[in-house]
Amino acid sequence: MNRAQNWLQGLASGEPLPGFPASVQVVDGELDNRLARFIAVVPDVHNPFARARTGEVGLLEGWGLAKAVAEAVDADRDGEKRVVVALIDVPSQAYGRREEALGIHQALAGAVEAYAQARLAGHPVIGLLVGKAMSGAFLAHGYQAQRLIALDDSGVMVHAMGKAAAARITLRSVEDLEALAAEVPPMAYDLGSYASLGLLHTRLAVDNAQAPTAQDLAQVRASLIDAVRDIGDTTDLRSRLDGEHRSASREVRQRLRSQWQEA
Amino acid sequence: MTDSERLLHSRSFVELGARQRARALLDTGSFRELLGPFDRLMSPWLPRQGIVPQADDGVVIAKGKLAGRPAVVAAIEGGFQGGSMGEVGGAKIAGALELAVEDNRNGIPTCAVLLLETGGVRLQEANLGLAAIAEIQAAIIELRAHQPVVGVIAGSVGCFGGMSIAAGLCSHLLVTREARLGLNGPQVIEQEAGIGEYDSRDRPFIWSLTGGEQRHASGLVDAYVADDVEAIRSQLLALLAAPSAQRASRHQWFLERLAQLGDDCPQLDAAAVRALYQGDA
Amino acid sequence: METLNFQFPAAQPGRGRALVGCVSSGDLEVLIEPGQAGSLDIQVVTSVNGSQARWSQLFQRLFDGRDLPALKIDIHDFGATPGVVRLRLEQGFEEIGHD
Repeated sequence: MNRAQNWLQGLASGEPLPGFPASVQVVDGELDNRLARFIAVVPDVHNPFARARTGEVGLLEGWGLAKAVAEAVDADRDGEKRVVVALIDVPSQAYGRREEALGIHQALAGAVEAYAQARLAGHPVIGLLVGKAMSGAFLAHGYQAQRLIALDDSGVMVHAMGKAAAARITLRSVEDLEALAAEVPPMAYDLGSYASLGLLHTRLAVDNAQAPTAQDLAQVRASLIDAVRDIGDTTDLRSRLDGEHRSASREVRQRLRSQWQEA
Repeated sequence: MTDSERLLHSRSFVELGARQRARALLDTGSFRELLGPFDRLMSPWLPRQGIVPQADDGVVIAKGKLAGRPAVVAAIEGGFQGGSMGEVGGAKIAGALELAVEDNRNGIPTCAVLLLETGGVRLQEANLGLAAIAEIQAAIIELRAHQPVVGVIAGSVGCFGGMSIAAGLCSHLLVTREARLGLNGPQVIEQEAGIGEYDSRDRPFIWSLTGGEQRHASGLVDAYVADDVEAIRSQLLALLAAPSAQRASRHQWFLERLAQLGDDCPQLDAAAVRALYQGDA
Repeated sequence: METLNFQFPAAQPGRGRALVGCVSSGDLEVLIEPGQAGSLDIQVVTSVNGSQARWSQLFQRLFDGRDLPALKIDIHDFGATPGVVRLRLEQGFEEIGHD
């Protein structure tokens, strides 16, 4: 069972909205007496694209996410901006011939575009990491959020590539890769190392990350509400730049700024 | 001009390094590099892993003019670590685009050009590369509301991974015959899906699906030009004045097209993709 | 990877800066800047371990009989052959206007 689906059902009671690919579930609920759209990418064994049947973000998922978010932005153009919550358990982007041929990069760009436009339009956008958040799949589903919240659980993982594939590509053994990852925080696969990069707003310990209890749900709802308040009127990603292990990101920006005026 | 004369006068863009490319595109004499190699802002992560760093971390940022208008060029050096995005190089691109947004808010209409030769995230800096790419994407979208952001994929690395998504967010994309554009590199697909799905050594097959000519013929990029400095520069200037296709906003159109492929999509060749994506674009 | 340092006697500081090459396979980048009067200082960061003697010989041959300005040279080497190293250094010297 997909974790995002479990959390979706727990956090937003109601039927998924029609008009989306079966792998993109969209439910409108509420948070802090405010309308909130909860979005999850889930496995669909009947997905027309065979390489995207186990929860990967592929062509339909990219464009489907784009539609789910863009329609909320359109609907709220003149009213209160609803909260957008991306529930994230995405094992990877879809790897396949059809995907490359039909421009999966563009489909994922569609999703990135929609989330970023929602943020810029004043929607509080939150990424809730309940499982895997891998590479291009995470870029498309969640990484444009103003705030990222992660369950403090060993099944929650953010990375650019799975261990085995990363070892092959960098010409290392998995053991060597693990040894390096232990010393180099951005390469590590554990959530504590990820948190040291400063990209997370909050880490939350729950009883059951797989199938949340009533108490887990209440706790996560409270955290989402806190994040919405913390976002306030901000529309950018600046809160991510303060991490202990991101000093080079800050130094580059600072020195670039001083040279920019003179050039 | 005869063909041989034209050949003598043409100058390959693909053969140029990142710095020379940026200089070749900007108006003569206007190139000003920021955070250049002598500033020595290098990757703090590569030496720890026994990998030799490069003084500019493989990214050249230059301010200058394009046909007189203020511009910033971010050029990725494909020769260094496959053009991969690490913390420093990624922050240079994101930071430059963020400053271009500020320029526009202050009444200076700075546009941007991204010279993309990249395999995506640098795996040795994994999560910081990924985060930087998310920030580059955010900045492209924000700047695009003010002034065009043009992506140029000339070759020879091509544009892959998270940066191919960034390419898909640009106002315009310009490619040559030497360019490839795709999310996943051929070897990774073969590893994940098997050789029957994607044979990474079958170059004609890969180019037929992801090469510059095919991407242009199927409407996924805006301009297709010869590998020639003058041709690329003049096409770039033309794109700066053209309306954007706003491809990333066209979910409705793409979902309709994909729905035509049925409940169990067959494998498609280049011609089938062109046919599907052509017409009322 | 290893980091090596070399020092040679030199005259007055040179002028100008130069960057040549790229840290790609079989190549290197060379950054040349004015140095401290009397000294030509070279730092080499190389992917090839145990290459101290090879670099030392290469520099000695290259600088032999030359009147060198004081320079600070940074080299980032990704397995370049001695021929490529020599070529890049000559290019760099030419760029700062000194042979």
